[in-house]
Amino acid sequence: MAKVSCRKAFSSELLAQARQNPQIWAMATDSRGSVTIGDFFKELPNQSLELGIAEQNAVAVAAGAALMGKNVFVAGPSCFLTARAYEQIKVDVAYNHTNVKIVGVSAGVSYGPLGCTHTSLHDIAGMRALPGLSVFVPADAVQTRFLTRWLTGYEGPAFLRMGRGDVESVYGEEETFQVGRAKLARQGSDVTLAACGECVWQALQAAELLAQRGVSARVLDFFSIKPFDEEAVIRAAEETGAILTVEEHSVCGGLGEQVARTVVENRPVPVKILGFPDSECRVGASADLFRAYGLTGEAIADQALRLLGKGR
Amino acid sequence: METLEHIAFDRRLDVLDMVYRARTGHIGGSMSCMDILCALYYRVMDTEKIKRGEADRDRFLLSKGHCAEALYAVLADRGFFPRERLLSYARFDTALAEHPTRKIPGVEAATGALGHGLSLAVGMAAAARRDGSPAHIYVLMGDGEQDEGSVWEAAMAAGKYGLENLTAIVDRNRLQISGNTEQVMPLSPLAARYRDFGWEAVECSGHNSEELVRALRLRSPQKPVAVIANTVKGYGSELMENKAEWHHLVPDEEQYACIRAQLEQRRGAVSRG
Repeated sequence: MAKVSCRKAFSSELLAQARQNPQIWAMATDSRGSVTIGDFFKELPNQSLELGIAEQNAVAVAAGAALMGKNVFVAGPSCFLTARAYEQIKVDVAYNHTNVKIVGVSAGVSYGPLGCTHTSLHDIAGMRALPGLSVFVPADAVQTRFLTRWLTGYEGPAFLRMGRGDVESVYGEEETFQVGRAKLARQGSDVTLAACGECVWQALQAAELLAQRGVSARVLDFFSIKPFDEEAVIRAAEETGAILTVEEHSVCGGLGEQVARTVVENRPVPVKILGFPDSECRVGASADLFRAYGLTGEAIADQALRLLGKGR
Repeated sequence: METLEHIAFDRRLDVLDMVYRARTGHIGGSMSCMDILCALYYRVMDTEKIKRGEADRDRFLLSKGHCAEALYAVLADRGFFPRERLLSYARFDTALAEHPTRKIPGVEAATGALGHGLSLAVGMAAAARRDGSPAHIYVLMGDGEQDEGSVWEAAMAAGKYGLENLTAIVDRNRLQISGNTEQVMPLSPLAARYRDFGWEAVECSGHNSEELVRALRLRSPQKPVAVIANTVKGYGSELMENKAEWHHLVPDEEQYACIRAQLEQRRGAVSRG
């Protein structure tokens, strides 16, 4: 299947939905190119607002329009949107419970060669900590289209986080998802690989390698970070006895810590958290950084074997 | 006949009671902005329409949310909720927190982190215009709040989109928590700065109701309007007037009696309409 970027899947689906519903608005922060949302602005000028390189204002303007009945998608690079406008997201979006969708693109290490001004390895942690704000991290274009469609019908604040580049297809077009439920991407019984975003595909590669070593790995896709599927984690702990988490995010405050807390509070089993360490990220293309920080299928499989006491 | 200024003094007495009873609050700025709130809620806006929650009602945002007690006193007197609720101001589990939230009838948005209100107002005004709604959006900011960069991001956007259905009022009392605004971070010439961002801007006395009502009714084609309302922090009580520490001091028993007497005396000196 052809590789498609999540951002293009998002922008084309949003445009399709907005054609049917004039209450759906898009706002940009000089980010029409980076979000690939230029067509929306051209076709629906009365449903879009360009607010310039001013994320704080854009998020609060979105909240203001939402208070007048609009369902506003404010989209820009996640590194700026979720950090520069954090207080606006906290107060104007989450606390005011406005119908605003914060869409962070080029998240994680998508902008790896640009250095740490442009990494966005903090955003899941930051957004998760805001009461009332839902958090979603799609794994591929199919799931992004599903979430975008779902969010156009959802009245409330949410954060949708995606990368920049073309991604492997994890799901077929007819795949179904349920918000608040982890997606079982592969069944398994010896260990669970819990992943989100582009790491789901890497986890599936790892599961394939583990199968060759006689290890049956379950892969759970936590695209719905909040609401979070605690039951799936507890079941995985009970049925597979060990959980490895994988995410394109800091090990501080992301999916891994959410899984670990659920396990510790409910069904203690060994857990290992894979992600980016709490240190300045090295510079490089996304694929190079995934290799350097052990987030490839091979490295994940190695870590899983170690967790099971079968490591080299 | 009672004038708006009489009413404003009555509401200042309400604020004094709320702050004194709760042992907390922002009394200085509440006193300075009271004439502005009264001009809006007793003259300029259709409060009955607001109470009915009609889609094309005018909107008011208290961007300087720390002066919530002033807004609560006005909303209660205008019948948005019973006056007895004012007694719960800043109490455990109250809806009437020291900053307003949407749990309170008449409050359009939770505010109080400074530098957000003008952006919210820009979003509201842009949506109202595109919907063809006659709603006018009013937002009240503090002058210290003008230090926030986001205010100027919003000012740029309002100018760009020619939001003629937006009026921003600055409670220009020239004092912020650390002292004189011009020493903390110079703001003058404030009206000229708004004009440079594509706004119509006027200055008026923030304690003269006629001037205020005129300024708040001012409209300019394709331009948002900034009203720089020159005010006195702690207005109505010589004990508090122009003293930065009264930003959030709470009066003791003796000070309470003194402030009450001074407010009543000043109320009595206002000429009847």
